[in-house]
Formats: sequence, C-alpha cells, structure tokens
Amino acid sequence: MITLHWLYALAGAMFAAFAVLSALDGSNPKRLGNAAFWGLMALSLLGGDLIGDFGNGLLVLGLAGLAGFGFIGRSHPPTTTEQEREGWSAKLGNKLFLPALIIPATALLGTLIYTYTPVGGLGWIEAKRETYVFLGLGVLLAIATIFAWLRPPAVAPLQEGRRLIDAIGWAAVLPQMLAALGVLFAAAGIGDIIGELTGMVIPKGNIFATVLVFALGMALFTMIMGNAFAAFPVMIAAIGVPLLIQAYGGDPAVVGAVGMLAGFCGTLMTPMAANFNLVPAALLELKDQYGVIRAQIPTALPLLAANILILYFAAFR
Amino acid sequence: MSYWPLLGILLVVLGFALKLNPMLVITGAAIVTGLLGGMDFVEVISTFGKAFNDNRIIAIVWIVLPVIGLLERYGLQQRAAAVIRGFRNATTGKLLLLYLIYRQITAAIGLHSTAGHPQTVRPLVAPMALAAAEKQHGELEEETAEKVKAYSAATDNVGLFFGEDIFFAIGSIVLIQATLSTYGYELTPLQLALWAIPSAIAAFIIHGFRLLRLDRKLGRRK
Repeated sequence: MITLHWLYALAGAMFAAFAVLSALDGSNPKRLGNAAFWGLMALSLLGGDLIGDFGNGLLVLGLAGLAGFGFIGRSHPPTTTEQEREGWSAKLGNKLFLPALIIPATALLGTLIYTYTPVGGLGWIEAKRETYVFLGLGVLLAIATIFAWLRPPAVAPLQEGRRLIDAIGWAAVLPQMLAALGVLFAAAGIGDIIGELTGMVIPKGNIFATVLVFALGMALFTMIMGNAFAAFPVMIAAIGVPLLIQAYGGDPAVVGAVGMLAGFCGTLMTPMAANFNLVPAALLELKDQYGVIRAQIPTALPLLAANILILYFAAFR
Repeated sequence: MSYWPLLGILLVVLGFALKLNPMLVITGAAIVTGLLGGMDFVEVISTFGKAFNDNRIIAIVWIVLPVIGLLERYGLQQRAAAVIRGFRNATTGKLLLLYLIYRQITAAIGLHSTAGHPQTVRPLVAPMALAAAEKQHGELEEETAEKVKAYSAATDNVGLFFGEDIFFAIGSIVLIQATLSTYGYELTPLQLALWAIPSAIAAFIIHGFRLLRLDRKLGRRK
C-alpha cells in the first residue's frame, strides 16, 4: 500500500539534494548554513521516525537556531538569463502553463476516481491521503513532461527548486512550526482555559455569538501578529474546537477553512503584514505608506462579514 | 484551573509584534507554554519534537517547487507578464478586474508565484492602470494617481489571499488539516479547499464591485 511515508521519502530526497547542492555552492557565503538547514529537513522527512521524540525536538531547535541567528541566506543557482526566458516565452506561448496544470489535474482526477470508482476498494493508498499521493504523482508526471518536451539539463529541476526554496528560506518551515506550537497549546490545556473564559463572556448556547467571536478573534489576532498562520492554532484551541466543533457540532472542515480566511481579512488590514501591505507601497513609491491598507479596508470589512455568515450557515447546516 | 499557559499565547503575540524572528518566537513560546502547563524540560522538547514529526505532511507541499522552477527557466514569469499585458485596452477598473480574475484563478491552480508585487504589480499592473486612468480622466492629480496605484496592489493581495486556498497543496490548507487532526478530526485537503470557494466568490464580488466603482469615479471627474 502506498502510504504517506512514500511522500516523505520523495520530499526528503529532494531536501537532501538541496542540502548537497547548497554545500557545493561556492557562490553562497552562507552555503554551510543552508546545507545544514535543508539537511535537517531531509533528516526529519527521511528519518523522523527513527530518531525518537527528543531527537526530533533537538532537530527543531537546530532549525530554529540556524534560521533565528542568521545562518541561512539566499543563493543564486545556475539558471537561464532574462533574455533567454523572453525568447522561450515568445516561442512556447501559453502552452507553458500546461505542465503546471498537470499537478492539480492529476490530484483532483486521481482523488475523484479513487474515491468514486471501485479502484478505491483495492486499498492501494492509505485512507484520507489519496490527494497527497496523487499530488506526488502529478509532480513526477509534470517533470517527466517538461523533460520530454524541453530537455533541460538533468540537474535543472533540483537547482531551480533550490533557487525557489532559498528565496523562501526558513518561512518554508513556519507552517509546520506553528502546527507543532498548536499541539503544545492543546497539551497545556489552553483550549480548556479559553473555553472556560469565553463561556463567561459569550451567552451560553448562542452559536452566532460564538462564530462572531471566533472569526473576529482570527482577524484581530492576525492583525496583531501579521500572520493568519500564527493566529490559527491559537483560535482553534481557544474557540474553534472546544466550542464550535465539540459543543455545538459545527462542521470541522468549514470551521477550519473559513476561519483561516477570516484571518486573511485581518491580513489585509494590518501594517504587521509588511510584505503584503508596506513593501508594495514602497515599491510603488506611494506617498502614504498605509495607502495599500487604506485601499483594502473597504474590501476586507464586508468580506469579513461575508465569511462570518458563510461560517455560520455552512458549518451549522 | 491554572491560567499560566496563556502566557504562551501572549509571548507569540509579543514576539511577532516586536518583529523577532518567528522561528525563535514559536520555539520560545512552545517551550514556555509546555513548562507552564506542568511538563519538565525534556518532556517539552520531546512533545514539540513529536508534534513537528507528526506534522511533516506540511513540508510535502514544497515538492512542487522543482516544477515551478523548471517552468520559470523557460519563461513562465515572462509568459504571465504577456498575458497581463493583453489586458491593456481595458479601462482602469476593468483592467484591475481582469487582473483579479487572473490572480484568483492562477492561485487556485497553484501558480501563485507567477504574479506578485515585485513580479507583476510594480512593472506591469500599476503602470497599465495609470495609463488607462489617464485615458479616461486626462492628466491625473497626485491623489488620484496614488489611489490607482494603491488599488493595483490591493487587487493583487485580495486575488492571492482568496484564490490560493482553493489549491489544496498550500501551506494554509495543510496547516488547517494538520492542526485539526491534532484534535482527532481527520479531514481531506479537498474538503477544506472546497470550503474556500464561497469566500473566493464573495471576495470577487465585493472587490470587483469596488473596482467598477473606481471606473465611475475616474470618469466623473473628467
């Protein structure tokens, strides 16, 4: 049976290759830091089950230390020039979008076929993990298609992938760190504490008021922290799971998905999300550094209201 | 019941507000929360390590990078720019509306990196929107030019935020899935992506309406 571990192996092999290519990259002064960082990610994916819980904990401390104290930096792997890219783009036209479409198409079709035809009954794939398995398959198919079509150098997928992962840097690990933080919050009983506190504030049994507090809390925490990913584990532990899902029987998929999007409304309104709101104002040479935020607030507020209604009506159908 | 573990939340809020490195903030908050929750140090590190290991699924989304990188090697960014340049004959509001559609759709199929503030807004969308506004409005006073530029950036953000979650292999969707599975709720990424669609439509209607109103405002002041 194909399990999630096959995908961990695939992703782990990719990060291991990033680590090796980083170590060999003489043009990057922080090459050893990058090699260590992606090497630890590879170790986690390939051997996370072998090094024990405490070993994994040390691994995370290593990642945080490398990232937090500035040991990793952006690299410039070999790629094509701007002129070459213009040439290819003109020559290939919009067909260039097609290989990228292979990935979602494979994942979507694969999942639907596996779920709704007898194929699924054969038990080839770990339950609930079909989409990820077909995602991996889609990636491999897309790479094979690009090789058959454009014949790039053999190492190109790894070097181009490393170019992108180094541009993202430690932020690539942030969602996983936040999910782990959410587990700590749950283990320390934060859900129970906030459930009790909000129980005093929110009228008992009033589902709409609870939805309101949850969604506004997501938006507000996101505005303070500049990041909906950080707000999510907090609000899920506080209100999402104990009240909306457990006490009132809300649909977890809706609470999760729309709760996150309520947070995104907060992202539109905060200078803390500098990359989205302040950097573009500078890039566009706006006189008012909050100009982008001002342009977004009249969209964000009605959209937050819309998300509250969607959450209320869809989660409690 | 002890309220001390709440300090962990406060630490996250403070750490992010002070713009400390998020990796350190999260690690610090996790350790403090665990200690206040009654664990000893080794137990905290082990719990954090186990949680990180249990959430490895989130790292899987990065396997798409070699594909995107390869396509960029053959001019994906330039192709995206060519598509956006094709919007140039529209009025300001309609041009931004087309860009909103482009941004939402490409984000929904995992091509969110083909556009963005440095890649498309600054070199293409904002200058095109300004040129269209001048055609509608004549010479632009500074306040109007600022507004058109700000709307260009805002449209990029709205399109990205309310498109990307329809693509299941994205950090936020996998984070939701992994966090809820901590509490024993096993969801598939497609279920979550599906519930991102109503909000995407609402975002399109609300922001699209404002963009068309921008057109009317620009036309009126001629």
